[in-house]
Parts: sequence; structure tokens; C-alpha cells
Amino acid sequence: MTRFMVPLAVFAAVAAFLGVGLTLDPREIPSPLVGKAAPDFSLPQLQDPQQVFSPRDRVGQVWLLNVWASWCGGCRDEHPFLMDLARSGVVPVYGIGYKDRREAALAWLGRWGDPYQVTGMDDSGRVGIEYGVYGVPETYVIDKTGVIRYKQIGPVDEETLHGTLVPLIRELQKQ
Amino acid sequence: MKRLRVVVMASLLCGPWLVAAEEARSVSQDQHVDARLKQLSLELRCLVCQNQTLADSHAPLAEDLRAEIRSMMARGLSDEEIVDFLVSRYGDFVRYRPPLKSTTWLLWFGPFLFLVAGGAALGIAIRRRQRLLAEASPSDDEKNRAAPVAAAEEIHS
Repeated sequence: MTRFMVPLAVFAAVAAFLGVGLTLDPREIPSPLVGKAAPDFSLPQLQDPQQVFSPRDRVGQVWLLNVWASWCGGCRDEHPFLMDLARSGVVPVYGIGYKDRREAALAWLGRWGDPYQVTGMDDSGRVGIEYGVYGVPETYVIDKTGVIRYKQIGPVDEETLHGTLVPLIRELQKQ
Repeated sequence: MKRLRVVVMASLLCGPWLVAAEEARSVSQDQHVDARLKQLSLELRCLVCQNQTLADSHAPLAEDLRAEIRSMMARGLSDEEIVDFLVSRYGDFVRYRPPLKSTTWLLWFGPFLFLVAGGAALGIAIRRRQRLLAEASPSDDEKNRAAPVAAAEEIHS
């Protein structure tokens, strides 16, 4: 009996590990930035390049930082959810325009709507590197003290918005 | 006045050479930086095409990261400081060789665990086989009884 049970148990264990491995997304790399202060930057604003956008000005409130670009397909997918969130007034949404052209970004927002209080333009992608961006869109929840509390890699959808982001934001707002 | 003209002429003539010397030095410095960048980017992972090193990848992010590493080198940062910066932004995953720490022990020593387990299984199997063979092989008593028969057969043949 053990003659068959032992190989069967080994097979079951290997199959279980591989099965779990299949459900994991290799693109979702845990960010070392969660729990750390949001890197500082000052970027020219999309609508008014003379003005700068900096995370320092956001201290004291919970806010959402969304890295997007007009050339990014996933940004179009998540856009309606960001619009809903901005309309609901739960949390102010700010944007970083990642390696985008000003005209293209303005046209994109003109066409689909603008959920952002302010978008800072990161033409060179330097701020993206500071934030560990490797696949747009990415979204960060930043608390009142300027600490990153959550990072979403890839588009925000219904489930992440109402299942993760909104409950976390409400929790952080109480602190 | 003539002397001034000579000086001006001389400096005009020498000018291009001085510039060339300057360029030559910066090229050799560039080569040094290039070699360092190459070496370092072989140790780093491109996060877009994850199974390529930063050296092999043509993804835009890889190009940006190489440019960033180059500018950090120009600022005089050591290789270690550059890798530390990238790890603080992208996590340990950015290194092609995972560091040895408590969360990666299984990764590093897992194969040896399998080797030990396999060796133990082999040892048990061999021992069991030997025991079965010992049970199946004839005892001395049986051999003694078989010996006269074998001798008789030899005589007949």
C-alpha cells in the first residue's frame, strides 16, 4: 500500500504547489515602497506648466496618486472607475502623466473626462523610477503623513476599488 | 603687437588639439562607464520583460533605467549604492541573483533539501532490496544440501 501512497503524496504536494503558482500573477511584485514615505518631487502641472505639483502640498489628507498616460490601454480601462471615485468625493485623485506629451494628455482628458485634481507631467520618467513604476497604470494610496499605504499595479477595477481601495481610504481617514 | 598676434595664432592653432584631447579623455571615461554599466546591468532584471537582464532588454523602461544608472555613476555613486537605490524602489526582484536572507532560505537551500530527501529515499530502497535479496537467496543449510547434487551432476557430464 505504501508503495503507491508515498509517490501519490509527493505528486499531490508538487501539484498543489504548481497549482497555487499558476494563480499568482508574476507581474505583481510586492513593492518595497509600501509603508515608506512617498518620494518627493515637483513636476510641472499639465494644465498650467508654470505651476508645480508636489506631494508635500498634500500632507494632512489621504489622497490617491494615479500614474497614467494617454498611450496606455489599461488607463482607459480603469478610467471610468477613477471618474466614479472622483465624483463620489471619497478621496481626491491626483495624477502623474508618465512619459506623455502635453497635447496628447490634454486631448485624452478632454475626450474621456478628467478625474484628477492636478496632473504633474513626468516627461522623462524620472519620478516614475523614484516610485518604482514599471507598468502603467499604477495607483498609490498615500496617508495623512505622506506614507504610501498601498500600491495597485495595473488597472483599478470594480473589485479593487470597492473591495480594497475605498475601505482602506476610509480607514486611513479616521486615523 | 606682433607678440600678441603670435599668441592669438598659437592659441587658435592649438585650440582644436586641446579640444580633441578633452574629447579623447571623455571618450575613454565613457568607455569606463560603459563597461561598468554593462557589468552592473547584467546583474539587474528588466521589470517589463522579466526574464531578461537590464543589459539585454530594449524595453523603454530598461533604457530609462540604464540612463538613470549612468547619471548615478556620473554623480559618483558606487555600484552598491546604485543597486541599493533600485532595490529600494523595485524590491529584491530587480536583482538577478536573489540575496541570501530569511525569506529566501528555501529558494537557496530547497534544492539541497530535495537532494537529501532523494538520497534518504534511495538509501531506504537499497536497504530494503538487500533485505529481500537476503531472504530470497539460499541459506547455508540449503547450499549444503544442494552441493552433493551438483557434484553428482558434474560427474555425469
